[in-house]
Amino acid sequence: MTLFDRQLTKPLPLGRTLFSYGMNAIAALSTALALLALLSILFEIFRQGLPGLKWEVFTSLPAPAGETGVPSGFGNAIQGTVLMVAIAALLSVPFGILTAIYLSEVGKTSATATIVRFVMSILSAVPSIVVGVFAYAVIVLATLFNYKGFSALAGAFALAVIMLPIVVLSTEEALKLVPQQQRFASAALGANSIQTTFKVVLASALPSITTGVLLAIARVSGETAPLLFTALFSQSWIENILNPTPSLSVMIYNYSGSPFPEQIQLAWTASVVLLGMVLLTNLLSRLITRKR
Amino acid sequence: MPSPNSPTPSLVTSPESDLALCARSVDVYYGNRQVLEEVSLDVYPGQVTAIIGPSGCGKSTFIKALNRIGELESNMRVKGEIQFFGQNIYSQRVNLNQLRRQIGMVFQKPNPFPTSIYDNVAYGVRVFSRPSRAVLDDVVESALSDAALWNEVKDSLKKSALSLSGGQQQRLCIARALAVKPRVLLMDEPCSALDPIATLKIEELIRSLQQELTIVIVTHNMQQAARISDYTAFFSTDESQVGRLIELGSTAKIFGSATHSRTRDYIEGRFG
Repeated sequence: MTLFDRQLTKPLPLGRTLFSYGMNAIAALSTALALLALLSILFEIFRQGLPGLKWEVFTSLPAPAGETGVPSGFGNAIQGTVLMVAIAALLSVPFGILTAIYLSEVGKTSATATIVRFVMSILSAVPSIVVGVFAYAVIVLATLFNYKGFSALAGAFALAVIMLPIVVLSTEEALKLVPQQQRFASAALGANSIQTTFKVVLASALPSITTGVLLAIARVSGETAPLLFTALFSQSWIENILNPTPSLSVMIYNYSGSPFPEQIQLAWTASVVLLGMVLLTNLLSRLITRKR
Repeated sequence: MPSPNSPTPSLVTSPESDLALCARSVDVYYGNRQVLEEVSLDVYPGQVTAIIGPSGCGKSTFIKALNRIGELESNMRVKGEIQFFGQNIYSQRVNLNQLRRQIGMVFQKPNPFPTSIYDNVAYGVRVFSRPSRAVLDDVVESALSDAALWNEVKDSLKKSALSLSGGQQQRLCIARALAVKPRVLLMDEPCSALDPIATLKIEELIRSLQQELTIVIVTHNMQQAARISDYTAFFSTDESQVGRLIELGSTAKIFGSATHSRTRDYIEGRFG
């Protein structure tokens, strides 16, 4: 055996070996702790909520408190959540994407763009309850189409304000990832900047923009605080977007503190449904990104 | 080695409107830093003009001034005059989209759009008009044929352009540029990212395109310039880092008996 051969098989000094093992152990432990928090939440929600998950919860209204034996559910709350998130997306996605186009393709490093970008990151850090109070002042207290008061529209507006910075910032990142070379290729063929932006840049960035939008949707689906001030709650089906509107999150909030065990059960089951909806949205966004 | 019939450029006194491109005393700046000084260069229609020179001499910068794409990329400023068939391209009234349609460009790295092969070629046509499917099919086929790519892709026009090899992608970019029928094609080191066989194909392509097109090609490969060009311009720089045009002449003359000693030194590999 030559000296060189022995160098290859010689172990590292004991101190370095132990340090390496120690750091690996700490990293594994931290991962386990982080997972523990998530898994215990999921476990408890499923343990409490799954037994109540029957078809009737999707199709019925909540039964009056204390009444047992009648079908009871939260179909109206699912309706309300889907409706308000959909309106919020309709409001925030077009504005958000156009703002992102301004930031990434037009304004770039100009003073205006820098200010807009700064405002967006501040907006994304505003507590959601503050957004709720804001929507309360702007929409609930105002008279719209002869209606005044709590409504799905006000709730959707609050959710849209929360979604806006998420959509803007994630879309801007997606647009920035499109290689400059493609913009030059388009310009060299005689395309103007609008054509380049919409036909080349936006088309390339579409999967990541969709992912950003879906993540924003997943994020606001569970918001409670802004809806307490704006959409409030209701025990009936939705007939008008200008009336108080139930949502899964507010329903969970209301019923979890109820003295009636069947309402507490309904809150657990609603948690499972809400969690399922958010998880599904997240999965969908992953699928879109992977397809690229 | 090609020997063009045209007289040597220094003796030419053709009117400026007969020249495909005519640069007069062009200075180029990036911000406040000057990178090119006093470049006066003629590009003859229907000929291949190669621009050679050491790294950093401003040859890429120069052709990016010819279709004004440079000002899009960075804070590039151009002083002096550049005429395209007698029209000043730096006039305020110039429509940049029309200009760039007539002066096409192929970039250093192949940059196809992440769409289908067909849509890549059709892109430039669709920017300016809404042709019928049949017309578009014809344009795509003839552009791909001109770029010597048709036989390789005719059965997979719907496939993603990114599935092509590097050399095929670069020929697709050439086809894409040809589809809008430019009068001049600028090529910025189009083979520098390609292997020798792909390079050879592009070189053959350049020779075949020359019939109806004026080509300006920047290359760091002197053999390539000698093989494919009719005229060669030699750019160089000194300690000041400002690039200048040292010499323009027929390729035979530049590579055989260049007037300037610096050109001879560069071609014989004594510097740069």
